[in-house]
Amino acid sequence: MKPPTHPTLSLEQIEALGDELDELRGRLIADLGERDADYIRNVIKAQRALEIGGRTLLFAGWLPPAWLGGTAALALSKILDNMEIGHNVMHGQYDWMKDPALDSKEFEWDTACPGDQWRHSHNYVHHTHTNVLGKDRDIGYGILRMSEEQPWRKRDIGNPVYATLLALLFQWGVAAHDLEVERIEAGEITLEDKRDILRAVWEKGRRQVLKDYVVFPLLAGPGAPFVLAGNATANLTRNLWSFMIIFCGHFPAGVEEFTEEEVESETRGGWYVRQMLGSANLTGGRLFHLLSGNLSHQIEHHLFPDIPAHRYGEIAVQVRDICERYGLPYNTGPLHKQFGSVVKKIVRLALPGSGDNEPEAVAPVTSTGVEVRPELAVAA
Amino acid sequence: MTTATEPPRQTIAQRLLRSPVVDLLLGPHGVDRYLELIHPRLTVSDARAEVVAVRRQTPRSVTLTLRPNRAFGDIRAGQFVRVGVEIDGVRRTRTYSPAGSEHARRRELELTVTEHPGGLVSPYLIRHARPGMLLHLSEGLGEFTLPLPRPPRVVLISGGSGITPVLAMLRTLADEDADGEHSFLHFARTETDWLYEDDVRGLSAGATVAYRATRGRRPARLDADMLGRVDEETWAAVCGPPALIDAARRAWSERHGRPEQLLAETFTPARLTVSGEAAEGTLRFLRSDARAAIAAGTLLEQAEAAGLAPAFGCRMGICRTCTCRKTAGAVRNVRTGEVSDEEDEDIQLCVSVPAGDVALQL
Repeated sequence: MKPPTHPTLSLEQIEALGDELDELRGRLIADLGERDADYIRNVIKAQRALEIGGRTLLFAGWLPPAWLGGTAALALSKILDNMEIGHNVMHGQYDWMKDPALDSKEFEWDTACPGDQWRHSHNYVHHTHTNVLGKDRDIGYGILRMSEEQPWRKRDIGNPVYATLLALLFQWGVAAHDLEVERIEAGEITLEDKRDILRAVWEKGRRQVLKDYVVFPLLAGPGAPFVLAGNATANLTRNLWSFMIIFCGHFPAGVEEFTEEEVESETRGGWYVRQMLGSANLTGGRLFHLLSGNLSHQIEHHLFPDIPAHRYGEIAVQVRDICERYGLPYNTGPLHKQFGSVVKKIVRLALPGSGDNEPEAVAPVTSTGVEVRPELAVAA
Repeated sequence: MTTATEPPRQTIAQRLLRSPVVDLLLGPHGVDRYLELIHPRLTVSDARAEVVAVRRQTPRSVTLTLRPNRAFGDIRAGQFVRVGVEIDGVRRTRTYSPAGSEHARRRELELTVTEHPGGLVSPYLIRHARPGMLLHLSEGLGEFTLPLPRPPRVVLISGGSGITPVLAMLRTLADEDADGEHSFLHFARTETDWLYEDDVRGLSAGATVAYRATRGRRPARLDADMLGRVDEETWAAVCGPPALIDAARRAWSERHGRPEQLLAETFTPARLTVSGEAAEGTLRFLRSDARAAIAAGTLLEQAEAAGLAPAFGCRMGICRTCTCRKTAGAVRNVRTGEVSDEEDEDIQLCVSVPAGDVALQL
């Protein structure tokens, strides 16, 4: 990993940056209203229309245009459901509406992972401990080696293969996330400890499988194989798309990682700095942002995970301006570039060490110890 | 004589829409999330109503006629419903007692909303309610209802907007052609605030009706003489501000009415001490049946100090693991500084401090 090119920040600067972001957040919250309610309801309408339309077309799936159109509509429906609706609603972005159908604690999405487990592993673990090695289980999902700091093991040689499998089966990978397989593997816990988690995954996953692969195909009678193939393709498309978008959030080149010591005495401002250094954006048009669930604005999302995501694009200019004024990087690029660098990292880390010619991460230069952890964070 | 309404019968379509197969096919969102896109009132589980008529009896009130969908069950005269209305993207929920008879035709509900000074929902409805507006409903709630069999002598007393539940009772008795003596006493500030006077006087010849103004040159107060004949078969219901309830209780005991035959309901919420930094009061943890005096710290910290173990995650307002239902009281969000005193709202314990008495579902 290259040493960072940005200057270190003093504690005062970090607090000032935190105040600026808190103020931005306050302005956004005060402005929430009918526009945001209309927005999410329109997205939901579009998603449900695509879903009904897609499934209806697939009943005529023996006609190639109907199959293609139906599959595409269903794939888009699942992408919207998971990304712009499910992920964002479950973050509590629309809790202020007090609409039980958009309640973060109750919402379920059209994927195998039970909402409750997602709320724990994502909203709490990942968003609190973002990019902290040993704490943020999203670094490699317990399967992949995604950081030079993770010691190389022989099995990591299969990194690209595991990543491909994870991409293809992404909804099941996400569903298995809270099982903490790496801890079971290490003997820290047993499968028995995860009984309730397994049962919930089984309950949710069974219904998803029954719906897409048994009941809807059966309803199509002789057209069953077409419906089955369409549903499977839609699920696969959603899997590949969400894998790509999500892996571009924290793994492109230049995104920083942190150690537990570094974040020990972190302030709110320090937490903001870590979110900015630990996330990367994607550039694209309106439709691209929508289909990525606005995770293309990963930096803004990590700063304000509970602000309606369609607002991220509106504040991106201000966030970027803050980054520039404090000399912090604002990691962004088009999908092909960002995902390309993720793929490179996955392949490179299959081999021991960092795999490139750059020196290992430079030891943080500091003389003041843990108290100045934000500086460490910037220097790490 | 009908004494209770039939539960709305489910049509075949409704039974089909509620079936497990449909639930699986339209999972995980469920059938209502699709039906509402065709029309918001088509939901089979979420009780909703459409405003079909709006009239303004007084300058400070609005009377709405609602047509609920089939998901809304029975309601008994005197019960209340929680009514949700969306204002600038936020569903605000308030409690109203329908004023109509239990035997209303087409299961319509009638609500009269009186302006609450400084309020949000009542002024909004008075200004913006129009036919076609959608409202969200709870089921009928509360024990403020007419006994069965109907008592031979009924005294109905109300103050201000407290008229609606007792009017529902009077209308129900009239629809039932119930024999006996019925008297109806209503108190409001001035004549212009009197609600439903013509409706009440036109209702039944048998009822004794009195409307009184509590302000002006000769302010009226409830006294024992107004109750008419009180014996052990007399039953009374009073709904209004706490002072009226107290007056009714005094008058009732003066006339040796049976205490258990006076039913009272007040609609004025207890005053909240909405203070800044140092709040005083009591935290009530309803599920654990525990109480604690307000101390320093967030509600999460105070709940833990009281020996409770609420779920939590980030402890910094991000993950919403500690989100909890607040049934009453005022809290201040330490991140936004916003003070909220709505009933039945979800709050994040880790970034909320009490601003007066608070009751939590913990």
